[in-house]
Amino acid sequence: MTRHAELEKRQAEEKISEYKSIYGPKQPKPPLAKNLFYAFVVGGLICVLGQFIKNTFIRLGFTPEQAGNPTVAAIIFLGSLATGLGFFDNLARVAGAGTAVPVTGFANAITAAAMEFRREGLVLGVGGKMFSLAGSVIVFGVVAAFIVGLLYAL
Amino acid sequence: MKKRGQTLFFDKPPRIQGAAAVAGPKEGLGPFGPDFDKVHQDVRAGENSFERGERRMFLEAAALAMQKAGVTDREVDFLLAGDLLNQIISSGFVARELSIPYFGLYGACSTFGEIVALGTVLVDAGFADTVLGITGSHNCGAERQYRYPTEYGVQRPATAQWTATGAGAVVLGLEGDILVRAVTVGKVHDLGIKNPFNMGTAMAPAAADTIYSHFQDSGLEPKQVDLIATGDLGTVGREVNIALLERQGLDISDRYIDCGVMMYYSHQQVEAGASGCACSAIVTIAHLFKRLRQGDLRRILVVPTGALHSPTSYLQGDSIPCIAQAILFETTKGGETKWGHT
Repeated sequence: MTRHAELEKRQAEEKISEYKSIYGPKQPKPPLAKNLFYAFVVGGLICVLGQFIKNTFIRLGFTPEQAGNPTVAAIIFLGSLATGLGFFDNLARVAGAGTAVPVTGFANAITAAAMEFRREGLVLGVGGKMFSLAGSVIVFGVVAAFIVGLLYAL
Repeated sequence: MKKRGQTLFFDKPPRIQGAAAVAGPKEGLGPFGPDFDKVHQDVRAGENSFERGERRMFLEAAALAMQKAGVTDREVDFLLAGDLLNQIISSGFVARELSIPYFGLYGACSTFGEIVALGTVLVDAGFADTVLGITGSHNCGAERQYRYPTEYGVQRPATAQWTATGAGAVVLGLEGDILVRAVTVGKVHDLGIKNPFNMGTAMAPAAADTIYSHFQDSGLEPKQVDLIATGDLGTVGREVNIALLERQGLDISDRYIDCGVMMYYSHQQVEAGASGCACSAIVTIAHLFKRLRQGDLRRILVVPTGALHSPTSYLQGDSIPCIAQAILFETTKGGETKWGHT
Protein backbone atom coordinates (compact mmCIF):
# COMPACT_ATOMS: atom_id res chain seq x y z
CA MET A 1 0.00 0.00 0.00
CA THR A 2 1.30 3.45 -0.88
CA ARG A 3 1.63 6.10 1.80
CA HIS A 4 -1.17 8.09 0.22
CA ALA A 5 -3.60 5.17 0.24
CA GLU A 6 -2.63 4.41 3.84
CA LEU A 7 -3.37 7.98 4.85
CA GLU A 8 -6.74 7.87 3.12
CA LYS A 9 -7.62 4.63 4.85
CA ARG A 10 -6.71 6.07 8.24
CA GLN A 11 -8.81 9.18 7.56
CA ALA A 12 -11.80 7.03 6.61
CA GLU A 13 -11.42 4.99 9.79
CA GLU A 14 -11.22 8.18 11.85
CA LYS A 15 -14.42 9.44 10.24
CA ILE A 16 -16.18 6.18 11.04
CA SER A 17 -15.11 6.21 14.68
CA GLU A 18 -16.05 9.88 14.97
CA TYR A 19 -19.50 9.04 13.61
CA LYS A 20 -19.79 6.21 16.13
CA SER A 21 -19.37 8.71 18.94
CA ILE A 22 -22.24 10.78 17.48
CA TYR A 23 -24.80 8.06 16.80
CA GLY A 24 -23.88 5.80 19.71
CA PRO A 25 -25.71 7.79 22.40
CA LYS A 26 -28.77 8.16 20.14
CA GLN A 27 -29.40 4.42 19.75
CA PRO A 28 -32.42 3.03 21.59
CA LYS A 29 -31.72 0.28 24.13
CA PRO A 30 -33.48 -3.02 23.50
CA PRO A 31 -36.13 -3.61 26.21
CA LEU A 32 -34.18 -6.51 27.70
CA ALA A 33 -36.31 -7.15 30.80
CA LYS A 34 -39.55 -7.12 28.80
CA ASN A 35 -38.09 -9.37 26.07
CA LEU A 36 -36.75 -11.86 28.61
CA PHE A 37 -40.07 -11.93 30.45
CA TYR A 38 -42.17 -12.63 27.34
CA ALA A 39 -39.67 -15.17 25.99
CA PHE A 40 -39.78 -17.00 29.34
CA VAL A 41 -43.58 -16.96 29.61
CA VAL A 42 -44.41 -17.87 25.99
CA GLY A 43 -41.54 -20.37 25.65
CA GLY A 44 -42.55 -21.90 28.97
CA LEU A 45 -46.20 -22.18 27.92
CA ILE A 46 -45.21 -23.92 24.68
CA CYS A 47 -43.19 -26.42 26.73
CA VAL A 48 -46.13 -26.95 29.11
CA LEU A 49 -48.33 -27.62 26.08
CA GLY A 50 -45.70 -30.07 24.77
CA GLN A 51 -45.63 -31.86 28.11
CA PHE A 52 -49.42 -32.07 28.13
CA ILE A 53 -49.41 -33.60 24.62
CA LYS A 54 -46.68 -36.04 25.65
CA ASN A 55 -48.62 -37.11 28.75
CA THR A 56 -51.70 -37.64 26.58
CA PHE A 57 -49.71 -39.93 24.26
CA ILE A 58 -48.41 -41.86 27.29
CA ARG A 59 -51.96 -42.21 28.58
CA LEU A 60 -52.91 -43.57 25.14
CA GLY A 61 -50.40 -46.39 25.59
CA PHE A 62 -47.06 -45.01 24.29
CA THR A 63 -43.96 -45.55 26.41
CA PRO A 64 -42.27 -42.28 27.56
CA GLU A 65 -39.49 -42.90 24.94
CA GLN A 66 -41.96 -43.55 22.14
CA ALA A 67 -44.06 -40.48 23.03
CA GLY A 68 -41.24 -38.04 22.16
CA ASN A 69 -41.50 -38.18 18.36
CA PRO A 70 -45.28 -37.79 18.01
CA THR A 71 -45.12 -34.91 20.49
CA VAL A 72 -42.55 -33.08 18.34
CA ALA A 73 -44.73 -33.76 15.28
CA ALA A 74 -47.78 -32.32 17.07
CA ILE A 75 -45.90 -29.14 18.07
CA ILE A 76 -44.57 -28.75 14.51
CA PHE A 77 -48.12 -29.11 13.25
CA LEU A 78 -49.40 -26.46 15.66
CA GLY A 79 -46.54 -24.08 14.76
CA SER A 80 -47.29 -24.49 11.06
CA LEU A 81 -51.02 -24.06 11.63
CA ALA A 82 -50.46 -20.83 13.57
CA THR A 83 -48.22 -19.62 10.72
CA GLY A 84 -50.85 -20.49 8.11
CA LEU A 85 -53.59 -18.76 10.09
CA GLY A 86 -51.38 -15.69 10.20
CA PHE A 87 -50.85 -15.10 13.90
CA PHE A 88 -47.50 -16.81 14.53
CA ASP A 89 -45.51 -13.77 13.36
CA ASN A 90 -47.49 -11.47 15.65
CA LEU A 91 -46.83 -13.74 18.62
CA ALA A 92 -43.13 -14.09 17.72
CA ARG A 93 -42.72 -10.33 17.55
CA VAL A 94 -43.46 -10.20 21.25
CA ALA A 95 -42.11 -13.57 22.35
CA GLY A 96 -38.81 -13.57 20.39
CA ALA A 97 -36.72 -16.53 21.49
CA GLY A 98 -39.77 -17.93 23.31
CA THR A 99 -41.22 -19.07 19.97
CA ALA A 100 -37.95 -19.36 18.02
CA VAL A 101 -36.10 -21.81 20.27
CA PRO A 102 -38.77 -24.56 20.58
CA VAL A 103 -39.42 -26.57 17.41
CA THR A 104 -42.23 -24.08 16.65
CA GLY A 105 -39.58 -21.71 15.26
CA PHE A 106 -38.36 -24.37 12.85
CA ALA A 107 -41.93 -25.17 11.76
CA ASN A 108 -42.60 -21.46 11.19
CA ALA A 109 -39.45 -20.98 9.12
CA ILE A 110 -40.45 -23.78 6.72
CA THR A 111 -44.16 -22.96 6.49
CA ALA A 112 -43.61 -19.21 6.10
CA ALA A 113 -41.16 -19.76 3.23
CA ALA A 114 -43.43 -22.32 1.54
CA MET A 115 -46.41 -19.96 1.75
CA GLU A 116 -44.46 -16.93 0.61
CA PHE A 117 -43.27 -18.48 -2.63
CA ARG A 118 -46.53 -20.19 -3.60
CA ARG A 119 -47.01 -17.59 -6.36
CA GLU A 120 -43.72 -18.66 -7.96
CA GLY A 121 -45.09 -22.15 -8.57
CA LEU A 122 -45.11 -25.51 -6.79
CA VAL A 123 -41.73 -26.79 -7.97
CA LEU A 124 -39.41 -23.77 -8.11
CA GLY A 125 -41.46 -21.72 -5.65
CA VAL A 126 -42.72 -23.87 -2.78
CA GLY A 127 -40.30 -26.76 -3.33
CA GLY A 128 -37.26 -24.69 -4.11
CA LYS A 129 -37.65 -22.00 -1.47
CA MET A 130 -39.22 -24.00 1.37
CA PHE A 131 -35.90 -24.62 3.08
CA SER A 132 -34.35 -21.24 2.28
CA LEU A 133 -34.41 -20.33 5.99
CA ALA A 134 -34.53 -23.74 7.68
CA GLY A 135 -32.03 -25.37 5.29
CA SER A 136 -29.02 -24.27 7.31
CA VAL A 137 -30.61 -25.65 10.50
CA ILE A 138 -30.93 -29.03 8.78
CA VAL A 139 -27.42 -28.95 7.28
CA PHE A 140 -25.67 -28.03 10.50
CA GLY A 141 -27.99 -30.25 12.54
CA VAL A 142 -27.04 -33.26 10.42
CA VAL A 143 -23.32 -32.37 10.52
CA ALA A 144 -23.42 -31.93 14.30
CA ALA A 145 -25.34 -35.20 14.73
CA PHE A 146 -22.75 -36.98 12.56
CA ILE A 147 -19.84 -35.66 14.64
CA VAL A 148 -21.59 -36.48 17.92
CA GLY A 149 -22.38 -39.97 16.52
CA LEU A 150 -18.71 -40.48 15.66
CA LEU A 151 -17.60 -39.41 19.14
CA TYR A 152 -20.22 -41.68 20.69
CA ALA A 153 -19.01 -44.68 18.63
CA LEU A 154 -15.44 -44.08 19.81
CA MET B 1 -31.10 27.56 -15.15
CA LYS B 2 -28.12 28.08 -12.86
CA LYS B 3 -25.88 25.69 -10.98
CA ARG B 4 -24.05 26.53 -7.80
CA GLY B 5 -22.18 23.72 -6.07
CA GLN B 6 -24.51 20.71 -6.09
CA THR B 7 -27.64 22.79 -6.46
CA LEU B 8 -29.68 23.66 -9.56
CA PHE B 9 -31.81 26.81 -9.61
CA PHE B 10 -34.59 27.29 -12.15
CA ASP B 11 -35.39 30.54 -13.96
CA LYS B 12 -38.93 29.55 -14.87
CA PRO B 13 -39.53 27.03 -12.12
CA PRO B 14 -41.45 23.96 -13.29
CA ARG B 15 -44.65 23.33 -11.40
CA ILE B 16 -46.59 20.50 -9.86
CA GLN B 17 -49.44 20.33 -12.34
CA GLY B 18 -51.08 17.36 -10.66
CA ALA B 19 -50.22 14.84 -7.97
CA ALA B 20 -51.91 11.85 -6.38
CA ALA B 21 -51.17 9.38 -3.58
CA VAL B 22 -52.54 5.86 -3.23
CA ALA B 23 -51.96 4.02 0.05
CA GLY B 24 -52.25 0.58 1.59
CA PRO B 25 -54.47 -0.37 4.54
CA LYS B 26 -51.97 0.30 7.34
CA GLU B 27 -51.05 3.71 5.90
CA GLY B 28 -54.76 4.49 5.57
CA LEU B 29 -55.12 4.02 9.33
CA GLY B 30 -52.29 6.48 9.98
CA PRO B 31 -52.57 10.23 10.51
CA PHE B 32 -52.71 10.98 6.77
CA GLY B 33 -55.45 8.43 5.97
CA PRO B 34 -58.02 11.09 5.01
CA ASP B 35 -55.50 12.96 2.83
CA PHE B 36 -54.72 10.08 0.45
CA ASP B 37 -56.57 10.06 -2.88
CA LYS B 38 -57.26 6.36 -2.48
CA VAL B 39 -56.75 3.84 0.32
CA HIS B 40 -56.78 0.12 -0.42
CA GLN B 41 -58.26 -2.15 2.22
CA ASP B 42 -56.66 -5.18 0.56
CA VAL B 43 -52.87 -5.34 0.85
CA ARG B 44 -52.72 -6.90 -2.65
CA ALA B 45 -55.04 -4.19 -4.05
CA GLY B 46 -57.30 -6.86 -5.50
CA GLU B 47 -54.50 -8.63 -7.40
CA ASN B 48 -53.12 -12.10 -6.67
CA SER B 49 -49.59 -11.11 -5.63
CA PHE B 50 -47.96 -8.28 -3.70
CA GLU B 51 -45.95 -7.28 -6.77
CA ARG B 52 -49.04 -7.03 -8.96
CA GLY B 53 -50.77 -5.07 -6.21
CA GLU B 54 -47.90 -2.59 -6.21
CA ARG B 55 -48.22 -2.17 -9.98
CA ARG B 56 -51.95 -1.53 -9.67
CA MET B 57 -51.28 1.21 -7.11
CA PHE B 58 -48.70 2.76 -9.45
CA LEU B 59 -51.23 2.83 -12.31
CA GLU B 60 -53.99 4.25 -10.14
CA ALA B 61 -51.75 7.01 -8.78
CA ALA B 62 -50.61 7.86 -12.31
CA ALA B 63 -54.17 7.99 -13.66
CA LEU B 64 -55.33 10.23 -10.81
CA ALA B 65 -52.34 12.57 -11.14
CA MET B 66 -52.86 12.91 -14.91
CA GLN B 67 -56.58 13.50 -14.39
CA LYS B 68 -55.83 16.29 -11.90
CA ALA B 69 -53.25 17.77 -14.27
CA GLY B 70 -55.72 17.67 -17.14
CA VAL B 71 -53.52 15.59 -19.44
CA THR B 72 -53.70 12.12 -20.95
CA ASP B 73 -50.79 9.70 -21.23
CA ARG B 74 -50.39 10.52 -24.94
CA GLU B 75 -49.77 14.17 -24.09
CA VAL B 76 -47.09 13.48 -21.49
CA ASP B 77 -43.56 13.85 -22.85
CA PHE B 78 -41.63 11.58 -20.48
CA LEU B 79 -42.29 9.03 -17.78
CA LEU B 80 -39.79 8.73 -14.92
CA ALA B 81 -40.40 5.89 -12.50
CA GLY B 82 -38.60 3.79 -9.93
CA ASP B 83 -39.31 1.28 -7.16
CA LEU B 84 -37.64 -1.14 -4.75
CA LEU B 85 -38.29 -4.47 -6.45
CA ASN B 86 -35.45 -6.22 -8.26
CA GLN B 87 -34.92 -4.84 -11.78
CA ILE B 88 -37.48 -2.13 -10.87
CA ILE B 89 -40.23 -4.30 -12.34
CA SER B 90 -43.13 -2.20 -11.04
CA SER B 91 -41.87 0.76 -13.06
CA GLY B 92 -41.12 -1.18 -16.24
CA PHE B 93 -44.43 -3.03 -16.17
CA VAL B 94 -46.35 0.19 -15.54
CA ALA B 95 -44.52 1.87 -18.44
CA ARG B 96 -45.78 -1.00 -20.60
CA GLU B 97 -49.35 0.14 -19.87
CA LEU B 98 -48.69 3.82 -20.57
CA SER B 99 -47.79 5.18 -23.96
CA ILE B 100 -45.02 7.48 -22.74
CA PRO B 101 -41.24 7.53 -23.45
CA TYR B 102 -39.77 6.04 -20.28
CA PHE B 103 -36.73 6.40 -18.02
CA GLY B 104 -36.40 3.81 -15.23
CA LEU B 105 -34.63 5.15 -12.13
CA TYR B 106 -33.30 3.59 -8.97
CA GLY B 107 -32.50 5.61 -5.89
CA ALA B 108 -33.94 3.18 -3.33
CA CYS B 109 -36.18 5.15 -0.96
CA SER B 110 -34.84 8.47 -2.35
CA THR B 111 -36.35 7.74 -5.79
CA PHE B 112 -39.06 10.39 -5.35
CA GLY B 113 -36.32 13.04 -5.06
CA GLU B 114 -34.48 11.71 -8.08
CA ILE B 115 -37.70 11.73 -10.16
CA VAL B 116 -38.65 15.29 -9.24
CA ALA B 117 -35.07 16.50 -9.78
CA LEU B 118 -34.67 14.98 -13.25
CA GLY B 119 -38.25 15.75 -14.29
CA THR B 120 -37.77 19.37 -13.34
CA VAL B 121 -34.56 19.56 -15.34
CA LEU B 122 -36.33 18.16 -18.42
CA VAL B 123 -39.15 20.71 -18.16
CA ASP B 124 -36.90 23.67 -17.34
CA ALA B 125 -34.57 22.85 -20.23
CA GLY B 126 -37.56 22.96 -22.57
CA PHE B 127 -37.37 19.30 -23.61
CA ALA B 128 -40.75 18.59 -22.09
CA ASP B 129 -43.98 20.38 -21.24
CA THR B 130 -45.19 17.63 -18.96
CA VAL B 131 -43.32 14.85 -17.21
CA LEU B 132 -45.03 12.10 -15.26
CA GLY B 133 -43.16 10.67 -12.27
CA ILE B 134 -44.28 7.59 -10.36
CA THR B 135 -42.75 5.79 -7.42
CA GLY B 136 -43.90 3.60 -4.58
CA SER B 137 -43.21 0.54 -2.50
CA HIS B 138 -44.97 -2.42 -0.93
CA ASN B 139 -44.33 -3.64 2.58
CA CYS B 140 -44.72 -7.35 1.84
CA GLY B 141 -42.96 -7.16 -1.54
CA ALA B 142 -39.98 -5.47 0.12
CA GLU B 143 -40.02 -7.82 3.13
CA ARG B 144 -39.81 -10.98 1.04
CA GLN B 145 -37.10 -9.53 -1.19
CA TYR B 146 -34.90 -7.75 1.35
CA ARG B 147 -35.64 -9.59 4.59
CA TYR B 148 -37.74 -12.64 5.42
CA PRO B 149 -40.99 -14.25 4.23
CA THR B 150 -43.87 -12.12 5.54
CA GLU B 151 -45.19 -14.79 7.93
CA TYR B 152 -41.76 -15.55 9.41
CA GLY B 153 -41.74 -14.76 13.12
CA VAL B 154 -38.93 -12.46 14.23
CA GLN B 155 -38.50 -9.85 16.89
CA ARG B 156 -37.87 -6.50 15.23
CA PRO B 157 -35.16 -4.35 16.82
CA ALA B 158 -36.16 -0.86 18.01
CA THR B 159 -34.23 0.72 15.11
CA ALA B 160 -36.12 -1.28 12.44
CA GLN B 161 -38.43 0.52 10.02
CA TRP B 162 -41.60 -0.49 8.25
CA THR B 163 -41.61 -0.26 4.44
CA ALA B 164 -44.72 1.71 3.55
CA THR B 165 -47.25 0.40 1.03
CA GLY B 166 -48.44 2.89 -1.54
CA ALA B 167 -47.65 4.84 -4.67
CA GLY B 168 -47.28 8.50 -5.44
CA ALA B 169 -47.41 10.17 -8.85
CA VAL B 170 -46.65 13.74 -9.90
CA VAL B 171 -47.14 15.54 -13.18
CA LEU B 172 -44.48 18.22 -13.56
CA GLY B 173 -45.47 20.90 -16.01
CA LEU B 174 -45.93 24.58 -16.71
CA GLU B 175 -49.09 25.15 -14.68
CA GLY B 176 -49.97 24.78 -11.03
CA ASP B 177 -49.53 26.66 -7.78
CA ILE B 178 -46.61 24.68 -6.34
CA LEU B 179 -43.26 25.18 -8.00
CA VAL B 180 -39.89 23.50 -7.79
CA ARG B 181 -37.50 26.34 -7.04
CA ALA B 182 -34.26 24.42 -6.57
CA VAL B 183 -32.83 20.92 -6.45
CA THR B 184 -29.72 19.75 -4.60
CA VAL B 185 -28.22 16.54 -5.95
CA GLY B 186 -26.75 14.46 -3.16
CA LYS B 187 -23.46 12.60 -2.91
CA VAL B 188 -23.27 9.00 -1.75
CA HIS B 189 -22.02 8.61 1.83
CA ASP B 190 -21.10 5.51 3.77
CA LEU B 191 -19.90 5.75 7.35
CA GLY B 192 -19.61 2.06 7.98
CA ILE B 193 -23.09 1.05 9.15
CA LYS B 194 -23.72 -2.56 8.13
CA ASN B 195 -26.97 -3.29 9.95
CA PRO B 196 -29.94 -3.19 7.52
CA PHE B 197 -32.22 -2.92 10.57
CA ASN B 198 -30.66 0.46 11.36
CA MET B 199 -31.12 2.32 8.10
CA GLY B 200 -31.85 5.65 9.78
CA THR B 201 -28.36 5.77 11.28
CA ALA B 202 -26.86 4.65 7.95
CA MET B 203 -28.66 7.38 5.96
CA ALA B 204 -28.34 10.32 8.38
CA PRO B 205 -24.87 11.44 7.13
CA ALA B 206 -26.16 11.59 3.53
CA ALA B 207 -29.19 13.63 4.60
CA ALA B 208 -27.10 15.98 6.73
CA ASP B 209 -24.61 16.57 3.90
CA THR B 210 -27.31 17.28 1.30
CA ILE B 211 -29.17 19.66 3.64
CA TYR B 212 -25.93 21.44 4.56
CA SER B 213 -24.94 21.74 0.88
CA HIS B 214 -28.38 23.07 0.00
CA PHE B 215 -28.11 25.92 2.48
CA GLN B 216 -24.52 26.63 1.43
CA ASP B 217 -25.37 26.72 -2.27
CA SER B 218 -28.65 28.64 -2.01
CA GLY B 219 -27.52 31.16 0.58
CA LEU B 220 -30.76 30.52 2.43
CA GLU B 221 -30.91 30.10 6.18
CA PRO B 222 -33.02 27.44 7.84
CA LYS B 223 -35.39 30.12 9.20
CA GLN B 224 -36.22 31.16 5.61
CA VAL B 225 -37.68 27.70 4.99
CA ASP B 226 -40.95 26.88 6.74
CA LEU B 227 -40.35 23.16 6.99
CA ILE B 228 -37.59 20.66 6.32
CA ALA B 229 -38.80 17.09 5.76
CA THR B 230 -36.43 14.16 5.38
CA GLY B 231 -37.73 11.01 3.70
CA ASP B 232 -37.36 8.05 6.00
CA LEU B 233 -34.69 8.51 8.65
CA GLY B 234 -37.13 7.36 11.35
CA THR B 235 -36.93 8.40 14.99
CA VAL B 236 -33.30 7.30 15.41
CA GLY B 237 -31.93 8.73 12.15
CA ARG B 238 -33.78 11.99 12.73
CA GLU B 239 -31.99 12.53 16.05
CA VAL B 240 -28.63 11.67 14.49
CA ASN B 241 -29.28 14.05 11.58
CA ILE B 242 -30.06 16.91 13.98
CA ALA B 243 -26.83 16.18 15.89
CA LEU B 244 -24.76 16.05 12.67
CA LEU B 245 -26.12 19.38 11.41
CA GLU B 246 -25.64 21.00 14.82
CA ARG B 247 -21.94 20.15 14.62
CA GLN B 248 -21.83 22.05 11.33
CA GLY B 249 -23.57 25.03 12.90
CA LEU B 250 -27.05 24.49 11.42
CA ASP B 251 -29.96 24.32 13.84
CA ILE B 252 -33.02 22.94 12.07
CA SER B 253 -34.70 21.24 15.04
CA ASP B 254 -37.61 23.71 15.36
CA ARG B 255 -38.78 23.19 11.76
CA TYR B 256 -37.74 19.65 11.01
CA ILE B 257 -39.95 16.61 10.48
CA ASP B 258 -39.29 13.16 9.04
CA CYS B 259 -41.91 11.59 6.76
CA GLY B 260 -41.08 8.16 8.20
CA VAL B 261 -41.81 9.35 11.73
CA MET B 262 -45.09 10.99 10.65
CA MET B 263 -46.53 8.16 8.54
CA TYR B 264 -47.98 6.01 11.34
CA TYR B 265 -49.38 6.48 14.84
CA SER B 266 -47.12 5.18 17.59
CA HIS B 267 -49.61 2.41 18.46
CA GLN B 268 -49.23 0.96 14.93
CA GLN B 269 -46.09 -0.93 16.02
CA VAL B 270 -43.57 0.18 13.44
CA GLU B 271 -40.60 0.65 15.76
CA ALA B 272 -38.54 3.58 14.38
CA GLY B 273 -41.09 4.57 11.68
CA ALA B 274 -41.81 4.11 7.99
CA SER B 275 -39.44 3.69 5.04
CA GLY B 276 -39.67 2.83 1.36
CA CYS B 277 -40.08 4.80 -1.86
CA ALA B 278 -43.72 5.38 -0.95
CA CYS B 279 -42.82 7.06 2.32
CA SER B 280 -41.50 10.44 1.19
CA ALA B 281 -43.66 10.36 -1.97
CA ILE B 282 -47.10 9.93 -0.44
CA VAL B 283 -46.44 12.07 2.66
CA THR B 284 -45.20 14.92 0.44
CA ILE B 285 -48.04 14.58 -2.07
CA ALA B 286 -50.91 14.00 0.35
CA HIS B 287 -49.83 16.09 3.32
CA LEU B 288 -47.12 18.62 2.50
CA PHE B 289 -48.58 19.69 -0.87
CA LYS B 290 -51.94 20.15 0.83
CA ARG B 291 -50.38 22.46 3.40
CA LEU B 292 -48.56 24.40 0.66
CA ARG B 293 -51.87 24.86 -1.19
CA GLN B 294 -53.56 26.00 2.01
CA GLY B 295 -50.80 28.59 2.39
CA ASP B 296 -49.97 27.29 5.86
CA LEU B 297 -46.48 26.52 4.52
CA ARG B 298 -44.87 28.73 1.87
CA ARG B 299 -41.49 27.15 1.24
CA ILE B 300 -40.41 23.63 2.16
CA LEU B 301 -37.30 21.54 1.65
CA VAL B 302 -38.11 17.87 1.04
CA VAL B 303 -35.12 15.53 1.36
CA PRO B 304 -35.88 11.93 0.30
CA THR B 305 -33.23 9.54 1.61
CA GLY B 306 -32.16 6.17 0.25
CA ALA B 307 -29.98 3.20 1.22
CA LEU B 308 -28.24 1.77 -1.84
CA HIS B 309 -27.44 -1.73 -0.57
CA SER B 310 -28.88 -5.10 -1.55
CA PRO B 311 -29.32 -8.43 0.26
CA THR B 312 -26.23 -9.68 -1.61
CA SER B 313 -23.99 -6.79 -0.51
CA TYR B 314 -25.24 -7.24 3.06
CA LEU B 315 -24.52 -10.99 3.10
CA GLN B 316 -21.04 -10.29 1.73
CA GLY B 317 -20.38 -8.04 4.70
CA ASP B 318 -20.42 -4.65 2.98
CA SER B 319 -21.57 -1.47 4.68
CA ILE B 320 -24.52 0.55 3.37
CA PRO B 321 -23.93 3.43 0.92
CA CYS B 322 -26.63 6.10 1.23
CA ILE B 323 -27.92 9.11 -0.68
CA ALA B 324 -30.28 12.05 -0.16
CA GLN B 325 -31.73 14.49 -2.70
CA ALA B 326 -33.17 17.86 -1.67
CA ILE B 327 -36.06 19.57 -3.44
CA LEU B 328 -37.12 23.11 -2.57
CA PHE B 329 -40.87 23.54 -3.16
CA GLU B 330 -42.67 26.87 -2.98
CA THR B 331 -46.26 27.94 -3.31
CA THR B 332 -47.32 30.83 -5.54
CA LYS B 333 -50.31 31.61 -3.30
CA GLY B 334 -50.06 35.22 -2.17
CA GLY B 335 -47.34 36.19 -4.64
CA GLU B 336 -44.05 34.52 -5.43
CA THR B 337 -41.44 34.35 -2.71
CA LYS B 338 -38.12 35.92 -3.59
CA TRP B 339 -34.66 35.68 -2.19
CA GLY B 340 -31.87 37.95 -3.34
CA HIS B 341 -29.28 35.31 -3.98
CA THR B 342 -30.42 33.79 -7.27
